[in-house]
Amino acid sequence: MKGSLSKVLAIFWKDILLEIRTKEIVTSVLVFALLVVVIFNFAFEPETAAMNLVAPGILWVAFTFAGVLGLNRVFAVERENSRLAGLLLCPVDHMTIYWGKLLGSFTFMLAIEIIITPIFLVLLNLPLFLPRLVLIVVLATLGFTSVGTLFSALAVNIKARDIMLPILFLPVVVPVIIAAVEATALVLQGSPWGDMLTWLQIMIAFDIIYLVVATLVFQYVVEG
Amino acid sequence: MRIPTMNETEPILTTWAIEVEALCKSFGNNRALSDIDLKVGRGEHVTVFGPNGAGKTTLIKILSTLSKPSSGTVRLDGEDIRNDPVRIRRRISLVGHETFLYDDLTVYENLRFYGKMYDVPDLEEHIHEVLSRVRLKSRLHDRVGILSHGMQQRVSIARAMIHNPSIVFLDEPEVGLDPQAVTMLRDVLKSINTPERTILMATHNLKQGIEMGDRVVILNRGRIVYQASREEIDTASFQEIYEHYTGTGE
Repeated sequence: MKGSLSKVLAIFWKDILLEIRTKEIVTSVLVFALLVVVIFNFAFEPETAAMNLVAPGILWVAFTFAGVLGLNRVFAVERENSRLAGLLLCPVDHMTIYWGKLLGSFTFMLAIEIIITPIFLVLLNLPLFLPRLVLIVVLATLGFTSVGTLFSALAVNIKARDIMLPILFLPVVVPVIIAAVEATALVLQGSPWGDMLTWLQIMIAFDIIYLVVATLVFQYVVEG
Repeated sequence: MRIPTMNETEPILTTWAIEVEALCKSFGNNRALSDIDLKVGRGEHVTVFGPNGAGKTTLIKILSTLSKPSSGTVRLDGEDIRNDPVRIRRRISLVGHETFLYDDLTVYENLRFYGKMYDVPDLEEHIHEVLSRVRLKSRLHDRVGILSHGMQQRVSIARAMIHNPSIVFLDEPEVGLDPQAVTMLRDVLKSINTPERTILMATHNLKQGIEMGDRVVILNRGRIVYQASREEIDTASFQEIYEHYTGTGE
């Protein structure tokens, strides 16, 4: 167990180092998410009923499509130079590789969200201190990246993977996105904890299901 | 400190390092390998020749646990590769024409990453040792992407040696290298050819293959069509033998 954890962290650290050098994922994804938030801000007047209605949707549309962009790169880096074969040759369970890559995807997406969320809240004249929104973002991102990392590995050998990844992946992750949008709406309306409990439970349930299924299925996705 | 090979740390179960019996591999209706029987002794160096599409890479992928056979048995150091591939991978290594290296990481960072994946003890010391062997110690902190293809291939050999494997598979490591780099690579490959290490190399380079192999095998259309020890081979006429068995001379 300890050995597996050190290898998960080795894969994670390798991905962090690569991202620090290339800035491929964070830069492109950050610019995209920022553009979505800013464009929608111009489309709807802040502090209007229409804006309050669509604000949670704007936030999660930005995160979802930016996230898909980032997920496209997660395994693309392993495809070049047959690096995936190099990883598969290592004496580790395939689930170790999955968890290492998942930790990287989760961190990259969370980093984007940490930057975008305050900008979004400022543009919409909303309070900046929303700890419940942090919980929603973490839970939704975990579900999103757990299944996204699996589909990224699945799509890596498909020629039209940039198109295929969202087509394959978004229908599967929709329950988490819907739950995140609904829970975010309740937070922005200032509803009590009890009202959003159901949506949080849905996210937790899907996170567990996605993590277990993706961990078990990953080896069949990457094996030749 | 030299890290022990798996053969030194675990009991030897058989005299054969590689045993392949009735191995077949199909991709749909396409048969890539048919009834391959091959035994490679511990410490032996076998060279596999064959034209493109003969099945050399498929054979090496199966032997290195990257691909599953359609039927047949493969045992490495007496252990069936289907039983515990994770354990098997500790004692094997693969150098292909692609290096498996990350261009944006330095030589050191690449070797450190793979060393950690193999739980190599005294990793820092070992990184310096394998880099000395491939004569690239001075490029330790250079990014792999700025190195020539020949140097990258030498780093790839250092990567493959980082856990001191007892069985090494080489899949056309000279592809894409200029003659000078091939000569350098040949010297590096000779340095890893130690008595306790078993090497199976696929190559198109007849001269180098015969020079380095204790035994040569010709693979054609997924079948072994010729086998001989180096002593039995007349190097001068081997080109003709190769062309005869592969039909490439016609």
